[in-house]
Amino acid sequence: MKTTDFSSSSSPSDRRIGALLRHLNSGNELGIADRLSSVYASPTSGVAGGSVFAHLVQAPEDPILGVTVAYNKDPSPIKLNLGVGAYRTEEGKPLVLNVVRKAEQQLINDKSRIKEYLPIAGLVEFNKLSAKLILGADSPAIRENRITTVECLSGTGSLRVGGEFLAKHYHQKTIYITQPTWGNHPKIFTLAGLTVKTYRYYDPSTRGLNFQGLMEDLGAAPPGAIVLLHACAHNPTGVDPTIQQWEQIRQLMRSKGLMPFFDSAYQGFASGSLDTDAKPIRMFVADGGECLVAQSYAKNMGLYGERVGALSIVCKSADVAGKVESQLKLVIRPMYSSPPIHGASIVAVILRDRNLFNEWTLELKAMADRIISMRKQLFEALRSRGTPGDWSHIIKQIGMFTFTGLNPAQVSFMTKEYHIYMTSDGRISMAGLSSKTVPHLADAIHAVVTKAL
Amino acid sequence: MAMAMRIRNAASRRAMSPISGDFSLRSMSSWWKNVEPAPKDPILGVTEAFLADPSPDKVNVGVGAYRDDNGKPVVLECVREAERRIAGSSFMEYLPMGGSVKMVEETLKLAYGDNSEFIKDKRIAAVQSLSGTGACRLFADFHKRFRPDSQIYIPVPTWSNHHNIWRDAQVTQKTYHYYHPETKGLNFSGLMDDVKNAPEGSFFLLHACAHNPTGVDPTEEQWREISQLFKAKNHFAFFDMAYQGFASGDPAKDAKSIRIFLEDGHHIGISQSYAKNMGLYGQRVGCLSVLCEDEKQAVTVKSQLQQLARPMYSNPPLHGAQIVSTILGDPELKSLWLKEVKIMADRIIGMRTTLRESLEKLGSPLSWEHVTKQIGMFCYSGLTPEQVDRLTSEYHIYMTRNGRISMAGVTTGNVGYLANAIHEVTKSS
Repeated sequence: MKTTDFSSSSSPSDRRIGALLRHLNSGNELGIADRLSSVYASPTSGVAGGSVFAHLVQAPEDPILGVTVAYNKDPSPIKLNLGVGAYRTEEGKPLVLNVVRKAEQQLINDKSRIKEYLPIAGLVEFNKLSAKLILGADSPAIRENRITTVECLSGTGSLRVGGEFLAKHYHQKTIYITQPTWGNHPKIFTLAGLTVKTYRYYDPSTRGLNFQGLMEDLGAAPPGAIVLLHACAHNPTGVDPTIQQWEQIRQLMRSKGLMPFFDSAYQGFASGSLDTDAKPIRMFVADGGECLVAQSYAKNMGLYGERVGALSIVCKSADVAGKVESQLKLVIRPMYSSPPIHGASIVAVILRDRNLFNEWTLELKAMADRIISMRKQLFEALRSRGTPGDWSHIIKQIGMFTFTGLNPAQVSFMTKEYHIYMTSDGRISMAGLSSKTVPHLADAIHAVVTKAL
Repeated sequence: MAMAMRIRNAASRRAMSPISGDFSLRSMSSWWKNVEPAPKDPILGVTEAFLADPSPDKVNVGVGAYRDDNGKPVVLECVREAERRIAGSSFMEYLPMGGSVKMVEETLKLAYGDNSEFIKDKRIAAVQSLSGTGACRLFADFHKRFRPDSQIYIPVPTWSNHHNIWRDAQVTQKTYHYYHPETKGLNFSGLMDDVKNAPEGSFFLLHACAHNPTGVDPTEEQWREISQLFKAKNHFAFFDMAYQGFASGDPAKDAKSIRIFLEDGHHIGISQSYAKNMGLYGQRVGCLSVLCEDEKQAVTVKSQLQQLARPMYSNPPLHGAQIVSTILGDPELKSLWLKEVKIMADRIIGMRTTLRESLEKLGSPLSWEHVTKQIGMFCYSGLTPEQVDRLTSEYHIYMTRNGRISMAGVTTGNVGYLANAIHEVTKSS
């Protein structure tokens, strides 16, 4: 995330940009919204012909999406983009799933299809199928009609709508997020109107789960507080609790009335099995309690750009679910009126058709298997180079990302010397690797670890 | 608030219940049992009610979605062709936070002019948005973050969702006079008074053309006077343009108000939507733009708009944007689109004439001049809520209770029925 040096500029706004960049480069995602709102001059400037927004300073590049921006700018012929989590084939190409292609054709060939507004809550069939997908077709909550599901703009949109609903209707306005977590989480919930706190999650010394810290922090949370849980394939660490640990988390949360808010962005992508990856959520729903679930189809159906997702709120009764849905609509209407039709239509075509669904599960498993294979190859490559340190976390962590354990200085070195791009927290997207590029990455890691940095 | 107290008490009771291993939560009550059922959306709720009505005579002149003369929704030919070309695309990745650059470029040309110096000089901060709603909401959030000291003036009446948007963005709202019920036209002097009396540097929401719900637009001369007064008061003009091309059939003509303000040197903001004029309702495609002092400021403002989009939806949807770029980027398709827009606009203008003539032929005691004077998709009929209710319960005719008729829902097949029903409920007025 390196841009020109503003700190020596004579322009006050440029110097402010420099200060802001320095703050953000220190890696602390929390409080960015607060810092931004204080970084501008008097709001009454810009009258008499000048712009009313003359006092603005330029916002920094998004730390995740900005990696690809920097990668694209790099002229080196040998460069590697391990930044944003979008799946790549062994040839390094993006992938449109076969089932998506087929669904698209079906939609095009259906002359009766129109483009009218969806209902505020989105495509009805899509909502029903999404709830089934994440909770299981035999879920008692579905049978008892106690779920409301609304189509939203991928995972981000589902989290934001859920967050705004909670800020309006839930008695506790604090949400606990893991440390670390996806960089966009704190901003989403802050703008939704919630107060963001963290709970311990990642243990740098073991590169695994800090289970004791997690249980202590959730145990100390005020009753009723909201807790954001990554359903599987934790982003950015790839570290997930075991089933036994999930059970203990569930019991603790229920005993304190903590509200579970699941972020499910990788169902099927983590282990290759849709049911396995949904197990933690289903455990919570099985105990009869309430929870929120944000689903994304960006990765597991490769529908990134179409922004397809769903927010489900599992309630105690059908009556409550109906009221909750009506209030969710009041959150959505002033945000974008109704969600986009295309992506949800594709998903509905696939999920409702037995053959397409089965074909999808195979394509999904193939993607998951390739990533697991990349993990094994990278681990082997480091072992064969005799790279110092324990790199077993590479094969223990799960999902699209590996938290390498590299620090920002090391990351910077890898970018400069080896043209390898990743987020400054050392997170690499395994989906961006191939058998051909694993050696290059292994060389770079070996070099940076053996260097005295 | 009593509800909050009840919820808090329930929560503390729960916290004191015994903890014992794996226990059932069925005895606990819902966290949400005090959530009130929300009222139906006044506009979208009309279509829901219409769909539930089994009567074969029912007519939906509620929501503003275009219908052809058979009462059927329309997918434009240019859109079908664009979709065919896009299908099989290997690109389904994330768009940048600011959306499709190509789509935004073409969209700015429509609003600012093909040869706009502002586009050449890169002075416009613009991002793809979730149709018009999304553009307004992004601007409202932006307004709140960077000019929290100022307020937005909203016309009376306006599209009902405007109030929701600025309220959820937590921007202080005020209103300004707009519609004159007596003349069923513009309350120009009231509008100018409110503009004059607003504190200097206020933000105003203006409907660029085809005002929703009244169909009443200022004349060109009136727009010029409004612009001059805005200059004197240093107000910020934010245009909501949801019907470009749809009002007169000519997109350049429909953007006249914006062009006047640009000529006069205002730094404006614009929300553009392709929901109606390209029939892309469900795709949610639009654009928010803010004209800045220079390129550097435009880059700055755009970066801040993106900061607001990222925690809302990360980046906007791809498909609708691809359709727009394909159409506007191809001279033949663009020309086909312009033809199709004109056909839609002309059909509506034709229905206005027919409806008015039908009412006059029935011997209505009232004047229906406003039906043909008003412009765009909607006619503000002047019907009272009680009369609207009668239309629904006795004639199965559905419209919003403010008497707004969506002319797009009127056809040669139902205009006689509609005129008759309106006459019946108004003839004793």
